[in-house]
Amino acid sequence: MGIAEFARDGRVVVGERPGAAVVAAVGGFLLLDLVAKLAGTTVFFVGTKLLGGSLTVSSLLSMVVDGLLVGLAVGLAGIGLSMTYSILDFANFAHGDTVTVGAFLGWVAAYITAGLGTGAPIAELFMLNSGRQLSTVSTLAPVLLGLVVAGVGSIGIVLLIDRLTYRPMRDTDNISLLIASIGVALALRYLIAFVFGTETSGVASGGLRVTVFSMISVTDNEITLLVVSVLLMLGVHLLLQRTKLGKAMRAMADNEDLARVTGIPTERVIRLTWILGGGLAGIGGYLLVLESGTISFNFGWILLLLIFAAVIVGGIGSIYGAMAGGILIGLVDSLALIWLPSGLTRASAFLVLIVVLLLRPSGIFGGVSTA
Amino acid sequence: MSTVDTIRGRLDALPDVGLVVGFIGAIWAVMLVLAIAVGGANWANLAAGFVGSVTVLIGGYAILALALNLQWGYTGLFNIGIAGFMAVGAYTTAILTAPTDPAAGAVPGLGLPLWVGLIGGMVMAAIVGGLAALPALRLKADYLAIVTVAFSEIIRLIVNWDGLAEVSLFGVPVGTGGATGISFKSANDVASTLINGVGQPLVTAAEGVGVSGPNLANLTYGILLLLVVAASYWVLARITDSPFGRVLKAIREDETVTQSLGKDTRLFKIKTFMIGCALMGLAGVLFRGQAGYISPQQFRPTITFYVFAALIIGGSGSNTGSIVGAATFSGLLFYLPARLGENISLGGTRAPGNIVDAVAGFASLDPAPLLAYIISNVSTLRFVLIGVVLIYIIQNQPDGLLGHRNEPATSVSLDRPQSGSGGETDE
Repeated sequence: MGIAEFARDGRVVVGERPGAAVVAAVGGFLLLDLVAKLAGTTVFFVGTKLLGGSLTVSSLLSMVVDGLLVGLAVGLAGIGLSMTYSILDFANFAHGDTVTVGAFLGWVAAYITAGLGTGAPIAELFMLNSGRQLSTVSTLAPVLLGLVVAGVGSIGIVLLIDRLTYRPMRDTDNISLLIASIGVALALRYLIAFVFGTETSGVASGGLRVTVFSMISVTDNEITLLVVSVLLMLGVHLLLQRTKLGKAMRAMADNEDLARVTGIPTERVIRLTWILGGGLAGIGGYLLVLESGTISFNFGWILLLLIFAAVIVGGIGSIYGAMAGGILIGLVDSLALIWLPSGLTRASAFLVLIVVLLLRPSGIFGGVSTA
Repeated sequence: MSTVDTIRGRLDALPDVGLVVGFIGAIWAVMLVLAIAVGGANWANLAAGFVGSVTVLIGGYAILALALNLQWGYTGLFNIGIAGFMAVGAYTTAILTAPTDPAAGAVPGLGLPLWVGLIGGMVMAAIVGGLAALPALRLKADYLAIVTVAFSEIIRLIVNWDGLAEVSLFGVPVGTGGATGISFKSANDVASTLINGVGQPLVTAAEGVGVSGPNLANLTYGILLLLVVAASYWVLARITDSPFGRVLKAIREDETVTQSLGKDTRLFKIKTFMIGCALMGLAGVLFRGQAGYISPQQFRPTITFYVFAALIIGGSGSNTGSIVGAATFSGLLFYLPARLGENISLGGTRAPGNIVDAVAGFASLDPAPLLAYIISNVSTLRFVLIGVVLIYIIQNQPDGLLGHRNEPATSVSLDRPQSGSGGETDE
């Protein structure tokens, strides 16, 4: 596998040390600065502000919670990207749009079931613009139904796309597959724009606000995101550890020909990879909309680079890495606000992506393919 | 296969210049026919507008596709940060040439002449490209892709950031204008001055047949862009035919072998990357900054993928193919569908506001609302078409229209002589 070779590449190892030192120094400085900010002190050096400032513990905590929630959904979506990257060996640029498709299918289902009987015209419900805001507490059944539809619907879509696009090109090089996925991404995104338009719709807002430890305030929708994504991640863990599928996937990621010779039905494993990855991507998108409240035709595409960051930080091919990478990138994206102006926080997540790719392309956990 | 092979055979028979001129001429003819069909008495002005806009698009995408072809087609560097390097070039030119005393609310610049700005933009894009390439080029192709796209987004976020909208640099106020963008003296102004000065008789003649001044200026600008394309083509042909170019092709075929022959492939790759980025920076200002105004919105990653579509249609590895691909993409896939959608009406059926109403009509066996909806949304659907074309080409014709002419790394042909029976010619 290419990643393993990379880790062993002598030049990379030599080049790694100065880079790692810089990263450690920057990290240490930021940590020191954070402590000073929390303590409310400012350190001056030759007349200029060196570090410190002020930051309340509660605003730090709310940033952590925000980052954690977004990170969980990104991690959930990242599992599929990581799996296709290691098993089919290509960077799937259509993954972000799979997230969007799943979210739209789920929300249309939730919106229509919640709106039935209220007399709202079906066109308004379908277009998600009747103005109604769903929440887990007030409309539990439609929200759960939407969750299932998002998963099942996106599975259907990715299987169709695999059949039409990727399956005829199983033996081609990974750049051709990457380009094909760019084509898929364009087609999917603008099909959604064709059906649902290009406006952003508000579809959800928290129905109930809970205060935990008298400091952290979360909504019912955010709790739903937390519970569902943790449960799903646990489910994926059990599925891969307790069934033969996980072993088969690891074998395929390692060496596809050898796996086939050993009698692993590679085509079936690929199908299961798409089912698992596509379903989780759709659900991840659905949950993100539940948390953020708005949906638009290109939100998954915008999210894609963040998902890539999560997958690469966690190590391509590692499912636990994708989960951990997602949370880490979510936290970076949210906590960067402490040090950076709001327009540049997203850039920090991309910077982390670039730094990890340059210094440690196998991911921060060392690139163990846990499948 | 066979139809494509026939087309290919005919394309091969033409000399390159004839091929490109013929292609662009054919697209112009299509625009002319469309203008005559829908324009009525005003057809001449409409035709000038269509042809002018499509020529600008062809010129812009051709420069970008040529630059990408140098990086990817010749050297195998998979750069999907094109938008970012375009932004660097365009913003540098804009900051250098924006007036020092701008209109109220606009950002001041350094007020330098345009040619200084263009050179500055190219140099800066090359420098930034070199800085990006220095660490990134040792990565695998797909990692390089992700790094470059992330890099281009970082550039866009930085120029979008209001903290740099207006800053004082050594006491001189300059800035990017943040999300609102920046106005500067554009190359288009030069073209307008040219056409309204020296070309005054031409303007009078054109107005005689009903072509408006702005449309004529736009057309002139498009033709100027095509001249830039020709110049870029000439430079790139010189580069790729040189010993330097042979090394690039060798890197694409097998980097290890090239290294073992004593070539410092890293240096070659960085140089190539920088030349390509300089050209992308130039295209950034000439194409996106045509109207003398740029904003971060114009440098979203999607434009990168359009350039890829153009190059893949034309066939990566061939400079002529890059231009033909850019013409096909921008003329037939990008521009034509939008104009068709605008100008076709379905005898009185108004397009429904959303797809539910459109499909509802279909249920009562009336396809007109759905058709009207499709036509009114053609500018969205053309991107679906572009995606599908991209998938089709990569599956069935990965060489594009002309990519089979991918120049080999050797200076003499290694092809076996054609055998009479023609059994196994296909690789």
